[in-house]
Amino acid sequence: MFRRSEQDKRPQVQIFVDGVAVAARQGDTVSAALLASGQDARRSTAVSGAPRLPYCMMGVCFDCLVTIDGVGNRQGCLVPVAEGMQIEIQKGKREIGR
Amino acid sequence: MTVAPKREDYDVVVIGAGPAGLAAAATSAEAGLSTLLLDENIGPGGQVFRAIASTPVTDRNQLGADYWVGADLVQALRASSAEVIHRATVWSLDRNLDIAVSVGGASAFVKAKRVILATGALERPFPIPGWTLPGVMTAGAAQTMLKSSALVPDGRTVIAGQGPLLWLLAAQILRLGGRIDRILDTTERGNYFAALPHAFAFLTSPYFAKGLSMMREVKAKVQVVSGVTELAASGDGQLASVSYVAGGKRETIPADLLLLHQGVVPNVNLAMSADVEHRWDDLQLCWSPVLDASGNSSIAGIAIAGDGAGIGGANAAVVRGRIAARAAVEALAPVAAAKLPAMATLRADLAKAERGRVFLDTLFRPASQFRIPSGETIVCRCEEVTAKDVLDSVAIGATGPNQLKAYRRTGMGPCQGRLCGLTVTELMAQARGKTPQEIGYYRLRAPVKPITLAELAAVPKSEADINAVVRG
Repeated sequence: MFRRSEQDKRPQVQIFVDGVAVAARQGDTVSAALLASGQDARRSTAVSGAPRLPYCMMGVCFDCLVTIDGVGNRQGCLVPVAEGMQIEIQKGKREIGR
Repeated sequence: MTVAPKREDYDVVVIGAGPAGLAAAATSAEAGLSTLLLDENIGPGGQVFRAIASTPVTDRNQLGADYWVGADLVQALRASSAEVIHRATVWSLDRNLDIAVSVGGASAFVKAKRVILATGALERPFPIPGWTLPGVMTAGAAQTMLKSSALVPDGRTVIAGQGPLLWLLAAQILRLGGRIDRILDTTERGNYFAALPHAFAFLTSPYFAKGLSMMREVKAKVQVVSGVTELAASGDGQLASVSYVAGGKRETIPADLLLLHQGVVPNVNLAMSADVEHRWDDLQLCWSPVLDASGNSSIAGIAIAGDGAGIGGANAAVVRGRIAARAAVEALAPVAAAKLPAMATLRADLAKAERGRVFLDTLFRPASQFRIPSGETIVCRCEEVTAKDVLDSVAIGATGPNQLKAYRRTGMGPCQGRLCGLTVTELMAQARGKTPQEIGYYRLRAPVKPITLAELAAVPKSEADINAVVRG
């Protein structure tokens, strides 16, 4: 859906998406890194289980919700990637205590 | 820069580091007021100057001169004494000017003598069939990724809608070597005539020449279909095709990415939660705060600058930021105000920056079929409520957006109405034969962005707070 322009010379940052290593770039948000990865990053909604990807990328739509380092329902479009970050794609509702 | 505020009290707290917030904070700090700028994003710039301090797109021609203006604003801010905190989400503001802000998973509380809200705009909802499918995004989303991560569309890409941002985005994507298969222009033909009386101001504004050359640049490379009157996205769990009607003829084209845009509207959540009075704007078709000429709202001490004060664009936002800050300086340190540009000069700058706006608003007034959906089209993305659900609720007695919450939970999901509020107001107004002003909007409350229960529980409590809720 998206590809990186050749002029992007930012250093690589390795993150893990459901345990799989993904190469992101320094300064990417989690959502941008997921969309650039080419992997299936679709979450499924808490209400009907419908698949979704980020819609607005600016913090208003909450369709980028993702679990980051064990904390659920974070807005992936507002969080920058960090080396070794663990991302989980959310399928359905979160559970209390996570 | 994700550390808590250094103080508990500030003369001025500015919320949002887009054009208005950057200008307001720099002006206030230059005049010697203790100034805190809180911003939700990773770096300064807001949306229009997104990633201005970090973009990997360093060839200045690609993002354009209007973008790089933001670098000067950031420089002025950094040269000032303003304290700046990014990744700081303000989740509460009240009429006492008490502010709660979440920074790095913990909440801090600050009190201001003046608050300048510069929370900007968000893209108007574009509720068409299939707009929740993966692969359908806003044009602004694509532009955000382009500016901050040099990402460009590379599958079959369709851009649909209207307005200046749509053409700017298309030009930027092409300059970076991205792919656009087709542009579907939804501008209503009648709008050209309606806008004509306002054309003179526009023709003599800087928008005109820039807009025209950008449209030429894009049209030389991409097929543009104008007069689009219907639009739908479809696919099974992922966007597969876009169908549209233009000139009475339906066409369906395969697509991997559909970028939607029909203008921007004020981001009202924080201001409304502080009880700032808003009114329905019949031209811009959105809620705008009621403000005086200095940006002061109905709540003493809260001013609003930038697109959150009513859509005016980046140049107007900068000037509105300076005006609001100057008004704060006049109130808190009148002697220091003499150092700043005179209010009359700033007001003249604002009039110049707003030139041509009525033309743009009239020309790009979105068509009703793209604002007020029907049938199974989703209105509330969070709670997955359709237009039919809303109308069924009206039929059995739901009178307005707040009653509708009890029927359908619209606006009660994580986005708190940001992506459905305008649609719900207009849909209910139409169904009930009322004006949007009469129908009203959701009653918004803190926290205006979700925070974890753990963060809320960790908020410092007094003995009185505990006694108020603990029994026995």
